[in-house]
Amino acid sequence: MAKSNEVIFWSVFSAGGVVAAFFMPITIVLVGIAVPLGWINPESLHVLMIHWVGRVYLFLLISLTLFHWAHRFRFTAGDLGLKGFDGTLAVVCYGVAILGTVLSVIFLTQL
Amino acid sequence: MGEKAEMTNQSADTKTKEYIRPMPANWWLKKKSYFLFMVRELTCLFVGGYAVFLLVLIYRARGTNSQEFAALFDGLNHSWAILLNLVVLGMALYHSITWFNLTPKAMVVWRGEERLSPMVIAGSNYVVWAIVSILIAWLAYRIG
Repeated sequence: MAKSNEVIFWSVFSAGGVVAAFFMPITIVLVGIAVPLGWINPESLHVLMIHWVGRVYLFLLISLTLFHWAHRFRFTAGDLGLKGFDGTLAVVCYGVAILGTVLSVIFLTQL
Repeated sequence: MGEKAEMTNQSADTKTKEYIRPMPANWWLKKKSYFLFMVRELTCLFVGGYAVFLLVLIYRARGTNSQEFAALFDGLNHSWAILLNLVVLGMALYHSITWFNLTPKAMVVWRGEERLSPMVIAGSNYVVWAIVSILIAWLAYRIG
């Protein structure tokens, strides 16, 4: 893969790392723990998700986190002995991130 | 012309194969620091997995009224689901902590002649993280 692409992928990896670090834990607490246990009304979460700020938040969180995963997983899989498949790994990983980004836009506009 | 052909030939011949030192796949189990490095790298599976989970949630939430939306969470209050969420939360927190602790190394800030202390940079990340998290939790609690 061309050097210039590497810089782009590294930048989104880094941006995704920042976004996931700041926002993923509280999102997991709300969606996966607080709402299911009844500490927070699902209605509140619904209102937040439907608001345009909530949609932008979810778009950035999902898309950038997927790019973060793609880059890190690609190189970790290489470190674990899959270096010979780096080309395939790169296509699959970044492909999944791109697909997730497109799907998130589609689903979020239909909320 | 002959010379040119020879040169291309030569460049093809001298193109060496990269030597890849054989590395056992379990190298990261040999030392605690390697192991923690691998745990840090594997946090990407958990935060990435949660991104996919959120994508599915949004997919299922399309066009729902508040009752239908609430029903999406019916299966999530089982103890195994909560446990799984706690495990994912643990890995996400490990990602956050390792990421914040690395920022002073990736981002060196100079104030005139003095280098801003790594503690200050990492520390400010933690402060912002706490404020942002509390703010979002407060919003979710108050709205609705």
